[in-house]
Amino acid sequence: GNVRRCTRVGAEVYTFFREQRRMECLIGIKCDTFTILAHDNSAGRSVLVMKQNQDKIFKLEDQLAMVVCGDSGDTVYFGEFIQKSMAFYRIRNGYSLSPNAAANYTRHEMAKRLRQYPNLVNLIMGGYDPKTNQTALYFMDYLGTLADVSFTSHGYGSYFALSILDRFHRSDMTLEEAEELLLKCVLEIQKRLVINLPSFSYYVINESGISEKKTINVEPATKQTQSSETRVEEMDVFT
Amino acid sequence: MARRYDTKTTIFSPEGRLYQVEYAMEAIGHAGTCLGILAEDGILLAAERKNTNKLLDDVIFSEKIYRLHDNMACSVAGITSDANVLTGYLRQTAQKYHLIYQECIPCEQLVMQLCDLKQQYTQFGGLRPFGVSILYMGWDPHYGFQLYQSDPSGNYGGWKATCIGNNHQAAISMLKQEYKDTPTLKEALDLAIKVLHKTLDSTKLNSEKVELASLTREGEGPNAKTVIRVIPGEEVDELIKKYQEMVEAKKREEKEKEKEREATKME
Repeated sequence: GNVRRCTRVGAEVYTFFREQRRMECLIGIKCDTFTILAHDNSAGRSVLVMKQNQDKIFKLEDQLAMVVCGDSGDTVYFGEFIQKSMAFYRIRNGYSLSPNAAANYTRHEMAKRLRQYPNLVNLIMGGYDPKTNQTALYFMDYLGTLADVSFTSHGYGSYFALSILDRFHRSDMTLEEAEELLLKCVLEIQKRLVINLPSFSYYVINESGISEKKTINVEPATKQTQSSETRVEEMDVFT
Repeated sequence: MARRYDTKTTIFSPEGRLYQVEYAMEAIGHAGTCLGILAEDGILLAAERKNTNKLLDDVIFSEKIYRLHDNMACSVAGITSDANVLTGYLRQTAQKYHLIYQECIPCEQLVMQLCDLKQQYTQFGGLRPFGVSILYMGWDPHYGFQLYQSDPSGNYGGWKATCIGNNHQAAISMLKQEYKDTPTLKEALDLAIKVLHKTLDSTKLNSEKVELASLTREGEGPNAKTVIRVIPGEEVDELIKKYQEMVEAKKREEKEKEKEREATKME
């Protein structure tokens, strides 16, 4: 079954094996008129990064989407399954699930699935409900935890992103302010996290739908730090 | 000749009919009348109480009106034991939906699911169909107030006003004439009493013989709630009295006119 035993010898390996699933980063920000879903673009195994332009979003409705991370096979399977289930509901009944119903349905499937076999999928679901004119954002983890939140994050990057969001998030932010806030989070992650996440993608969901993919690519040399002058000198040393 | 095609439900007759299903509908035609009317601010269900035996114990909620979920209720006509099984299934289906989606099941989906079950009994297994027709009233955010009817064949339809059970044809033809588009709930109640007067066997209509329930929405915005209410006996009696007074008033008017006509003739 899915019982994993930690032997004394294997404990460190096991912990490392599980921890590496936290190397991806997801961020979600909800404001009064829009929701932003962001994910890092890296796809890799262990210490190898295979690509830096991986899509991690699944569009569920015109104004609802989710970003996923975790075991790559599980994430794609689950994402597609939820996507198609919701499409089936829509076709059969003639109307879509509300964001709240969709989130609860997804949680139910996650919990059901985990009781059958190991399933490591973490996700953030967000969107806009045209019936109530409200934005929506939900945190869900691989155990089937569901939380209705104003901002959230998954992965190691969440340790830094959540602190920044705690400090600066307001529900009445404009889109520009929110995009700046997202950039702040990304810069902090890139400054402080030992894992390199050079590229992030994000989507804005509002009453007109889901925007096209927008990318944040920050080059290491342009990172603004307090001791920027010192950094340049250090770089000079190596060249 | 038709006999040979009666014994199994899962067989068509040479004329292309399913006799067992039709016989089930016959059985329902002998059951107590159920009436449903859709108004612009609510829905009402009226049901004839057939068990007016004095020795029967008091009913807690209702004899013929079943609450299915926060947003839906139904009334049945036909074999009561079959009805109990079906309402149990309806309630369970509604809860299963709520468990997964954390919101009330949309009305048509619940009706559809039960009708799929009823249809199975006309196709597989060699079991007899359920001898029950059901009237559903409900509210959901997709289509607002809705009134549905389902029958033993597993067909269902959305209605503005309909009737099942004893004398339902008379009731439906009366509703066709009297129902005007989008009545208020008050007008619908008056119409229901009028129709019940015609369809009930007994001459004297009183609150003992009829059950009325209404479904309305109260409150505004996200705090709005669906309220399902069985109208208490006194209110029903008042409505009946109001109708009877109106009938009396009309009779008196007629008599006056007669007298006038006589008077003018004499002259």
